Amino acid sequence: MATDLIWQSATALSALLEKGEVTSRDLTEAFIARAQAVEPSVHAYLDLHTDYALEQADQADQRRQLGQVRGPLDGIPVSLKNVISIKDLPLTAASKMLEPFVSPYDATTTLKLKNAGAVLLGRLNMDEFAMGSSCENSAFGPTFNPWDTERIPGGSSGGSAACVAAGETPLSLGSDTGGSIRQPASLCGIVGMKPTYGLVSRYGLAAFASSLDQIGPMAHTVEDAALLLQTIAGYDPLDSTSFNTSIPDYRAALQEAPKKWRLGVPTEFFGEGLDPEVKEAVQRAIQWYEAQGCEIVEISLPHNELSVPVYYVLAPAEASSNLARYDGVRYGHRSSEAKDAIDLYFKSRGEGFGPEVKRRILLGTYVLSSGYYDAYYLRAQKVRTLIRNDYLKAFEQVDAILTPTSPTAAFKLGEKKDDPLSMYLADIYTISVNLAGLPGLSMPCGFTQDKLPIGLQVIGQPFKESELFQIAHAYEQAHDWKTTHPNL
Amino acid sequence: MEYEAVIGLEVHVQLKTRTKMFTRVEQGFGHEPNTLTNPVIMGLPGVLPVLNLAAIEQSVRMGLVFGAEVPEVCRWDRKNYFYPDSPKNYQLTQLHEPIVVGGEVEIELPGPSRNVMGEHKHIRLDHAHLEEDVGKLNHYDFDSLVDYNRAGTPLLEIVTQPDLRSPEEAVALLQSLRMHLVAAGISDCDMEKGQMRCDANVSVRPQGADYLNKRCEMKNLNSISGVRNAIAYEIRRQAKVYEKGGTVIQETRRWDAESGVTTSMRSKEEAHDYRYFPDPDLMPVRLPRERVEALRAELPEGVFDQQRRYMEQYDFPYTLTSVICYDFELSRFFELAHAEYDQNPKAIANYIANELQRERAAGEEDGLLPMSQLLITPSHIAELVRIIDEGKLTKHLAKDVFTEMFQTGKRPAAIVKEKGLEQEDNSDELEGILKEAIAKNQKAADDVRAGNEKAINAFVGPAMKATKGKANPQQVREIVLKLLNG
Repeated sequence: MATDLIWQSATALSALLEKGEVTSRDLTEAFIARAQAVEPSVHAYLDLHTDYALEQADQADQRRQLGQVRGPLDGIPVSLKNVISIKDLPLTAASKMLEPFVSPYDATTTLKLKNAGAVLLGRLNMDEFAMGSSCENSAFGPTFNPWDTERIPGGSSGGSAACVAAGETPLSLGSDTGGSIRQPASLCGIVGMKPTYGLVSRYGLAAFASSLDQIGPMAHTVEDAALLLQTIAGYDPLDSTSFNTSIPDYRAALQEAPKKWRLGVPTEFFGEGLDPEVKEAVQRAIQWYEAQGCEIVEISLPHNELSVPVYYVLAPAEASSNLARYDGVRYGHRSSEAKDAIDLYFKSRGEGFGPEVKRRILLGTYVLSSGYYDAYYLRAQKVRTLIRNDYLKAFEQVDAILTPTSPTAAFKLGEKKDDPLSMYLADIYTISVNLAGLPGLSMPCGFTQDKLPIGLQVIGQPFKESELFQIAHAYEQAHDWKTTHPNL
Repeated sequence: MEYEAVIGLEVHVQLKTRTKMFTRVEQGFGHEPNTLTNPVIMGLPGVLPVLNLAAIEQSVRMGLVFGAEVPEVCRWDRKNYFYPDSPKNYQLTQLHEPIVVGGEVEIELPGPSRNVMGEHKHIRLDHAHLEEDVGKLNHYDFDSLVDYNRAGTPLLEIVTQPDLRSPEEAVALLQSLRMHLVAAGISDCDMEKGQMRCDANVSVRPQGADYLNKRCEMKNLNSISGVRNAIAYEIRRQAKVYEKGGTVIQETRRWDAESGVTTSMRSKEEAHDYRYFPDPDLMPVRLPRERVEALRAELPEGVFDQQRRYMEQYDFPYTLTSVICYDFELSRFFELAHAEYDQNPKAIANYIANELQRERAAGEEDGLLPMSQLLITPSHIAELVRIIDEGKLTKHLAKDVFTEMFQTGKRPAAIVKEKGLEQEDNSDELEGILKEAIAKNQKAADDVRAGNEKAINAFVGPAMKATKGKANPQQVREIVLKLLNG
């Protein structure tokens, strides 16, 4: 029974709950048991709050008995990246800096999940403050890829991806600043989606780079991702950058017959640095769309090659300011060695932050310094506009864009840890999507000979998540990648 | 050599709004430490700012009061620096596109005496930008504690052009700003509560020179006398440096009110690099022109405009206007009383400026009874003046009636009736009394007959005494003249 449940989609589990074949407690216990069994080799969770989850499951079952079901997510376990605030639970962002911190408030996404009746199962590992592409930058040890535990799961939402891939939760939330949902989803063989900037509230998401951060769903299927996004999307008066727009019924849109979309393939995304096995799998997926009658259009995104340098100016600049609040004065890690206020800053931050976070704070501080601002920050903002314009121009021709999500499948732990530049290039296909504020989705499109998942990225137009889901769903329905599970 | 000072002020004004600048927590003064806070004020992970529209509108109104431009769009920048009173270690402010640009403030310098209007000048404003206030550090022997109650209070920084030439002009600017901002309900500007704070940029140059010397910025000028004394000290200090052949270096100096000197805080080289950049959490603010015009239409009359109008329209002397107009509460009291009885503005104004102020001072050890605690309303004063004008109460008795109504809140007409103070129109009785009085004082009677009208006063006293104060002095005059001159 339990092993059956853990590989079911959330949509299927929801149906079982509705039919009364299982209870939320059954589900929750099954996923807890699975987590307890595989966590020693995966380490996706920073904190599995068993009692808290079972309490919520019982409440969900009670609601069901009383006929007060709140919707399809009621009673379904969801795990959250440990960068999204849950009232009265620790919020660490995988940093020693926040190790003792307990958040006194709910993020808007958390509140929406609670209101939908979801069972908040646990908090997931990540790169410290969402900075990284391998989950190795966690202060509490790395997460391992369920397909090959000598390999990284991707990052920064590595815990969120590995957790779903290993059958430890049906749904999770990640955050994506430069590919942090899509790249680990690709490397772990699941569906991960970054919504249009402004679709999901950032209130309660510990900020990395405010103009790029978005929370998004991670799941086994496109339909599950649509279900989870449906719950968390929408205007939030507490987030001034959230967009006041009506949210369509994403799952209903999936019932529509597939269209003959015009799909763009950017030549720049298939050049040097792309692993041949990944390239082949992605091209096969493109050919499948063509075979269904979709028009495949070769497009050009000429400024994409500048997206990594632009990102590594803008994101650290914002981060250097966003992370200034972690100073040991009001909360979080406070050095016991400090002699005075200034010393308190130096020592608390010196002890609390890991090397990658320090590297980015230094980088960001440098590019904002007087005399360098124009050459770096201002220039990068201008190029950001060019990158966005490339996409908007392409969308005059096409409905969506198909690319690889990551240039390679999962790499080995430690392989790139001491080479930040090659690590940064892991996000070469995802970063420009954040810079342009567009929605992007990664879904499985094959395996390497080493049985490592490969991901296909679909990039959509602003606020056209429905269409993005439709395009991905059509492919998913015709393929059975998701029926293969990692052998843990 | 004669030196002249060149002074510009940066005046921080806490805006009068119910809640803070970027979150719905009440703002206030004198509360238990760290009670006016929430996750946003404390800068917890994940929080975001949300604009308080009331602070935006108050800032727009400030711009309109001083004839400034209110651009269609203003934007937010982050000013990054580490200090324990700043919860996020950056301050949200407006560096490049502030909410108010230009404008000017009319100031009045002290006149030769308090009864004579001083010279008026116009001081140009550079701009005013909106930002959030920081918390407050309290230092003790072995540690320091932070109170974040003040953090996040809407703060408008009003920056003048270097148009001021003396400590007196700087003080006059602050006073004019305060009068106008209080009158328009934009800020309470109480310097003791830190609602108005001032930094001054001072340089000196030879009288008449057309160049600017290096300036020093003085921080921590948190009282009117502090502003006056610090600037005066700094002008002397800089002049002495030049007299000795030295040069003034650009630096930030701290004013120590106790020792009365300024000391160096940091030089230009040590100045902070604030690493300003556009705030990514807030959208630019678009100010619809219709709304700006609606706010303009609701503005109160300018203080000096009102003063000129009172002098011209009601023939008020300067001294009376300087009491009534320079105090927003008194001028509003006057306007309301005048609106109820518009036949004698000067009498109403005089009662407010003299009797009301005297009574407010009488019961207080220090200062005046707050207007909000008065038992009487503008309507009381309007009624009092009306019944005097109608001849129902003598001015002489009105003084007591005023005291009575001030203390009890009773209507003046009711007091007059209750105490039987109605002025009597009994000329027969009065004629009898006066005939008697004339018979007793033939010298005064002769003087009156000789054309000395002042001598009539000799009969007013006895008439008042005999009628217990109810006699109308004007009527006494008329009867005396009739009796003596036929």
